[in-house]
Amino acid sequence: MATIDTVREVLVENLDLDPEAITEEATIESLGIDSLDMAELTCEIEERCDIDFGEPAGLATIGDIVAHIDSLQ
Amino acid sequence: MESMETKGVALVTGSGRGIGLACARELARRGFDVCLNCSSAVSLERTAGAAEAIAQEFGVRAHAVAADVSDADAAKAMVDEAVQTLGRLDVLVNNAGITRDGLIARMNPEDFDAVVDVNLNGTFNCCKAAAKVMMKQRSGRIINMSSVVGVAGNAGQVNYAASKAGVIGITKSLAKELARRSITVNAVAPGFISTDMTDALTEEQREAIAGRIGLGRFGEAEDVAALVGFLASPEAAYITGQVISVDGGLAI
Ligand SMILES: NC(=O)c1ccc[n+]([C@@H]2O[C@H](COP(=O)([O-])OP(=O)(O)OC[C@H]3O[C@@H](n4cnc5c(N)ncnc54)[C@H](O)[C@@H]3O)[C@@H](O)[C@H]2O)c1
Repeated sequence: MATIDTVREVLVENLDLDPEAITEEATIESLGIDSLDMAELTCEIEERCDIDFGEPAGLATIGDIVAHIDSLQ
Repeated sequence: MESMETKGVALVTGSGRGIGLACARELARRGFDVCLNCSSAVSLERTAGAAEAIAQEFGVRAHAVAADVSDADAAKAMVDEAVQTLGRLDVLVNNAGITRDGLIARMNPEDFDAVVDVNLNGTFNCCKAAAKVMMKQRSGRIINMSSVVGVAGNAGQVNYAASKAGVIGITKSLAKELARRSITVNAVAPGFISTDMTDALTEEQREAIAGRIGLGRFGEAEDVAALVGFLASPEAAYITGQVISVDGGLAI
């Protein structure tokens, strides 16, 4: 599964977001993802992708999250 | 007894006896399905028996899991098993606790660590595992068993007091962290309650302590359970981050 799809799936499942709205360009802020949501997302992604997400700075868009995950795989 | 509609699922750690068992019974009386917990496989049969008795008496579902809460993996497996067996997790009562008393001069580091491991790390481990489930549910109640000793200190209990003060720190911080998910986190601070834990006291010590308690006597496990039941109820939805004493007037 492409990383963006994994991220989309996790966001839709956990945060009830509209899958259509989750694009590479969409910003974390515009989707209303807060720090708690991010913590949840991170845990879930770590489990699914078997990575250590770390504490990356400066993630602003879904694309940034995807690129960060890809850089760890 | 006829089965009633479930109010949700409650997990009570260290609930094979004492305050924990009283809490599990009170939550079942209020209609919660309950998951009991004991620290090892040795006591699982007895705890499963207690669960069975609760199911019979209150017409709820009850399950028992052996898990040492100081072991993070075991704590997580326990929460997972509770969710798998009973379907969700609405209430976590972190009740498992131990004492290893002694004046500091005679307290070795192992006694300090053992108490902190169960009382503080155990609370952290269970909170972490349960928070994950409750965050997804967008609701939950976490009730942590602290102690008057965690608030006021007690000679001969630096380990226990540190662990119970730590539990208050977890409670207040987690209440702030999880409030946005409609999860409340509170601590209960019992005074002296008649259980195996306080049975270790001599008659002389008991009398001296009772003299310091406003109501002049030790409390019962059910006195603590009544507050825990309330904190798990819909009426307590707006209470979070609090430390509430049940101590017969000891701390006033
Ligand atoms: N009895 C009191 O006066 C009093 C006062 C203040 C606070 N408390 C607190 O209330 C709680 C219950 O105490 P109690 O008086 O019923 O004592 P208790 O000794 O009767 O019960 C404690 C329970 O915790 C379980 N336990 C211990 N270590 C465990 C572990 N690692 N994993 C899972 N379970 C474990 C024990 O098996 C036991 O069932 C404790 O947290 C205690 O510190 C008690």
